[in-house]
Amino acid sequence: MSTPLIELHQVTRRYDEGPPALNDVSLSVEPGEALAILGPSGSGKSTMLNLIAGLDRPSTGTVTVDGVRVDELGEAASARYRRARIGLVFQFFNLLDDLTVADNVMLPAQLAGMGRSTAERRATELLGRLGVDRHATAYPGRLSGGERQRVAVARALMNRPALLLADEPTGALDTASGEDVMRLLSELHADGQTVVLVTHDLVLAERCATRTVHLLDGQVASDSAMELLR
Amino acid sequence: MSALTRVVRAGVGRKRVQTIVIGLVVAIAVTSAVLGGSLMVASQGPFDRAFGQQRGAHLTAQFDVGKVTEAQLAASASAAGVAAAAGPFLTAQVGLTDPAGHPLPPLNVAGRADAGNEVDRVDLVEGRWATAPGEIVLATGGHLRLPPKVAGEQWTISGKPVTVVGVARSASRSADAWTTPAQLAAWAEGPRSYQMLYRFTEAGTTEQVQAGKNAVQAALPAGAMTGALSWLDIRLEAINDTLLLVPFLIAFGLLGVVMAVLIIGNVIAGAVSTSTRRIGILKALGFTPSQVVRAYVGQALIPASVGAMIGAVAGNLLTIPILAQTNELYGTSDSGVAFWVDAVVIGGALVVVAVTALAAAARAGRLRSVDALAVGRTPRPGRGRWATRLTSRLPIPRPVTLGLAHPFARPVRAVSIIAAIAFGAAAVTFAVGLGTSLNRVQEVEDIADVQVGAPHRMEPGGPRPGPREPEAFPDPAAIEKVIAAQPGTAGYMGVARGEITAAGIVGELDAVAVTGPDSARYYRMVSGDWLTGPGQIIVSTPFLTAAGKQVGDSIVLTHEGAQVPVTIVGEVFNTDSDGMQVVTELATLGSVKPSTYYVSVLSGTDASAYTQALTKALDPVGAMADRLDHSPDEMVVVVNILTGLLSLMLTVVAGLGVMNTVVLETRERVHDLGVHKALGMTPRQTTAMVIASVVVTGVIGGAAGTAIGVLLQRTVITEMASSVGFRLPASVVDVYGSYELVVFGLAGLVIAVVGALLPAGWAARTRVAVALRTE
Ligand SMILES: Nc1ncnc2c1ncn2[C@@H]1O[C@H](COP(=O)(O)OP(=O)(O)O)[C@@H](O)[C@H]1O
Ligand SMILES: [Mg+2]
Repeated sequence: MSTPLIELHQVTRRYDEGPPALNDVSLSVEPGEALAILGPSGSGKSTMLNLIAGLDRPSTGTVTVDGVRVDELGEAASARYRRARIGLVFQFFNLLDDLTVADNVMLPAQLAGMGRSTAERRATELLGRLGVDRHATAYPGRLSGGERQRVAVARALMNRPALLLADEPTGALDTASGEDVMRLLSELHADGQTVVLVTHDLVLAERCATRTVHLLDGQVASDSAMELLR
Repeated sequence: MSALTRVVRAGVGRKRVQTIVIGLVVAIAVTSAVLGGSLMVASQGPFDRAFGQQRGAHLTAQFDVGKVTEAQLAASASAAGVAAAAGPFLTAQVGLTDPAGHPLPPLNVAGRADAGNEVDRVDLVEGRWATAPGEIVLATGGHLRLPPKVAGEQWTISGKPVTVVGVARSASRSADAWTTPAQLAAWAEGPRSYQMLYRFTEAGTTEQVQAGKNAVQAALPAGAMTGALSWLDIRLEAINDTLLLVPFLIAFGLLGVVMAVLIIGNVIAGAVSTSTRRIGILKALGFTPSQVVRAYVGQALIPASVGAMIGAVAGNLLTIPILAQTNELYGTSDSGVAFWVDAVVIGGALVVVAVTALAAAARAGRLRSVDALAVGRTPRPGRGRWATRLTSRLPIPRPVTLGLAHPFARPVRAVSIIAAIAFGAAAVTFAVGLGTSLNRVQEVEDIADVQVGAPHRMEPGGPRPGPREPEAFPDPAAIEKVIAAQPGTAGYMGVARGEITAAGIVGELDAVAVTGPDSARYYRMVSGDWLTGPGQIIVSTPFLTAAGKQVGDSIVLTHEGAQVPVTIVGEVFNTDSDGMQVVTELATLGSVKPSTYYVSVLSGTDASAYTQALTKALDPVGAMADRLDHSPDEMVVVVNILTGLLSLMLTVVAGLGVMNTVVLETRERVHDLGVHKALGMTPRQTTAMVIASVVVTGVIGGAAGTAIGVLLQRTVITEMASSVGFRLPASVVDVYGSYELVVFGLAGLVIAVVGALLPAGWAARTRVAVALRTE
């Protein structure tokens, strides 16, 4: 068995008030998996994703991704970790309004020091692959929600991340666009991309994930991988 | 507590940076306004105030001891029109030697038992009045330039020790020093005369003073009065200096007010724009537009009032030491800030803040509730995207190119911050330029290091007290030979002085006839050329104005009864004799001989040692050397202190303005910042982006500010000179080299970057998860 790509070990994340957002969660994800994290609102899904992305730190426990102890990274190191290994897709796209579609896509590569022309070539190729290349010079405000999310996915893939993280990528989309984005993620997974996606839509999760984890009140309530083993 | 007050209170608490910036800006503006205002008040008729404060003498008269008795003089106090009189005091010319062993030119010393009552109540600047033999009080602000803390020093008179027990200032300039009557009688060096000080009931015009003088003379034996000095002549000389500070203070005052308005307006407008949602909620809850506006004005007025109080205290504290300097300059004895200046400045500052806040917050009042609530949900208008596209092509790291384009998204704010930076840079440029100009003026007066004249000898039967003409050297050639041979001599000029009249100008004028191989180096030309032969003169602007002549014109001079037609070949910057001095070659005035030589020493030469050596060498030819005083003029000292202080304040204000803007920007962009960081922007890259966001404004502001500063410096220095009738040589006006200009231009960038550092640090530390949750 290969080493897991993601390894959460007894992770707890407490905020100043209220019960812990994540409570003693352990989880490991193999390379090539497509994991869907399910659960009601407030169950700790985003918190888990943020911990994996190095956007947040656990109160106790360890987070290891691709051999990197993410919970121990400083600000600068975690930024470098993200741009090298993680692609992020958000519910509300989080595209930068003042940058063109192409500039948005190129940004992670440019932050990593890639030259403009190289980045431009790769962005064009990605946008083509995702079917939004005709919008390359447009501003995100002009695009439909589904198109925006495709651009966001292109941006997430820019640095060829080992791990694609998506937090309710269809949450802000109508059903048709939502399905479209789900299909896209499935295709990426089929091409070998490891994906962790957060959703509360059971149908969509089961259509494109190889494994589902249910969170409830900050704890793993069920894990399809465990069920298979059982 | 009303709902409105609660909103105001909550607002002040929420916006800490804005609150602090408003408070500080107002504090600094009030500090400089109190300072500037007090100095303005102090510069209003300082001579008249000092003269009034001291009950100065309208007429200072000298009498021949042989022709009049003390009783007769005392009785002259009841002459027609005399309001008060003091004296008679015995006076004599006395040769003092300072502790360094250097003899001073002869001083007019009066024997007076006290510092004055009814007339010429002199101010003791240091120490006390002379009460015992061997004690002397020196006068400052007249012929003597005294360093501080002279009181207590041991000086000598003809080898006998004398203690300087005090330093006093007389607006009437009645003497160069005072001692007890008994002591003066004992210093029986030169001849003595009596001095009487008169105040007249009417002394506003030359005629009135003359009438008083006539009345005094009529009451005394004929020919008893040997000389008299009208207060009007002293006044004329004294007020010239003080006029100079006014344009300077006005320039700085305007800069300060404009900057405070800009920054406070910017802060409030920024506060309104970041809290449009809050405004929408307030209005939805039923606040009227005017209540909303008042809430914002209140938010500005609270820190502004605190700032104004702090500023008033700081201004008062700063003013006291600077007034001590202007007292030195003006001869006044102002001790602190006039209360009404404080009141006017504080009131004015709060009105300015309220009006500025009102204007800036008016938008909040006009904002429709629905629009305000919709903010944040609709995409931004997307202004300045062309700049983003443009900078993205630059071959420099992406965070920097992203930051560079930021200001273009909010052009109005960018322009106002450019203006603030520009004023800061202008202040620095102006301050340095003005300081340089004034120092250059000083340098023009200080070209010569050493003066050579007849030895100071106090012999019985020597010259009478009072101003007198130096005697001409019998053998100038011998003296020139000694000076030229002295090691360390860089150049010298011989000067003969004479009285002339010029066609078209009323009264006698001083003529200076120069000789020597390099006399041109002692003058700075404004236009025209230096003398090339006899029959030519160079004059200052006031002479040209008075005579209605131009360079190139001819004019007829009269010297000792003979008519001398001459050509004006040049206009020179020469403040001697109030700019009415005529400079020519020795030969133009016929048979005159030099009475003084001015010598410059080679740089690196110790002027003191040179002076001593030259005196020794000159002894056989009957001359001696005096080192000329190059200590900076009080005026220059005051201006240097003020420019330093005020430009520092304006720079800080500009920096605060930048800081506030960057804080605002960072808050507005906090979500984008989170996205950048999620995509892998490191803290260092974030800092670089924020700093880069002020580079364009900093550079433009710096460039514009430098241009404004240069313009201001030229205008103010030219105005300062023309208010006293002079035009300035290029060396005084053109003080900036291209290297300096680049440095000043970069000052704007420095102000901007320093102002952005703090918020850049905050931006770098913002947690992504937090930033992304701010929807
Ligand atoms: N920055 C935060 N500060 C305080 N509480 C937080 C913060 N982020 C999340 N929470 C709380 O943690 C819990 C889990 O939140 P989250 O992970 O966002 O849930 P989900 O994404 O499953 O809806 C919630 O109760 C939420 O209120
Ligand atoms: Mg969530």
